[in-house]
Amino acid sequence: MASKEVPEINAGSMADIAFLLLIFFLVTTTMDVDTGITRKLPPPVEDDTKMDYKERNIFKVLVSSSDALMVEGERSNISTLKEDVKIFMTNPTNREDLPEKEMRSIENLGDIEISKGVVSLKNDRGTSYEMYIKVQNELTAAFSELRDEVSIRFYGVKFSNLINEEHRKAVQQAVPIAISEAEPENIGGN
Amino acid sequence: MQKINTSALPDIIFMLLFFFMVTTTMREVTLIVQVKPPEATEVQKLEKKSLVSYIYVGVPIKTQFGTESRIQLNDAFANTSNIAEFIAAEKNSRDEADRKFLTTSIKADKRTRMGVITDIKQELRKVGALKINYSSRKVAKLSY
Repeated sequence: MASKEVPEINAGSMADIAFLLLIFFLVTTTMDVDTGITRKLPPPVEDDTKMDYKERNIFKVLVSSSDALMVEGERSNISTLKEDVKIFMTNPTNREDLPEKEMRSIENLGDIEISKGVVSLKNDRGTSYEMYIKVQNELTAAFSELRDEVSIRFYGVKFSNLINEEHRKAVQQAVPIAISEAEPENIGGN
Repeated sequence: MQKINTSALPDIIFMLLFFFMVTTTMREVTLIVQVKPPEATEVQKLEKKSLVSYIYVGVPIKTQFGTESRIQLNDAFANTSNIAEFIAAEKNSRDEADRKFLTTSIKADKRTRMGVITDIKQELRKVGALKINYSSRKVAKLSY
């Protein structure tokens, strides 16, 4: 009786095939992670209802067409913008010309003072995107540092390390990102 | 001399292969505008890439298309008026439940003037695509 041995399949070229596929995916792979500054646009305004804000509650940031910065009517520098925003939003010495605060009770945090301040950002059509992102970056940094402060005070960890979803929500409510962008117009300037 | 046993080699290669297959995202569009994103420190990662639509803004790579900043949607140049239909098409291609999580990533060159960006933003507001992301490169510290 002839032996019924199963003929062995030569798997020697298996590696070559796998290599071929591997090289294909290596070449087509793009490993770039997308990062960026996230913002929420305001819904379109139907009528001309002007939001009524008190002068003391608005922090005006203006970027001119030549990328010069103006903060609260005065020429300013981007390196001090973050601290300015932080002082404005916290109003540590309860100054009359800085925003009012409102006591509100938030779940998990209890009663906490919430600033009524709003940062109003206005730019010209000629402002460079790079400068705009720089300003946005500083504003974001200011707010995230404020959130960190609240988070550390109540939970002992930074906001980014806060895992509990309810705690995150509470801190978000305590420090809302109050950045408002003005309706576009040509402000010009130099 | 003793031969090295290579029978496990295909397995190793396959493992690498699967790794790359899983991490691969095929580049969907060919860029026809130059995009050098600005730098920022306070960036967030874009989660769920399948729910992101991209708008590219920059100077055309080929100089015959001019030196002005142009908008690129999908594979072609576009005007601000095309954005509405682009967003509508993007919405339609997604699952109904996912539509409200759609993010628009603005990949603009850092030399772009804000006029173009503002126009895009206004257009996005009109069609209700309110979640946006200004694509920027993460750096540890910004120089002023």
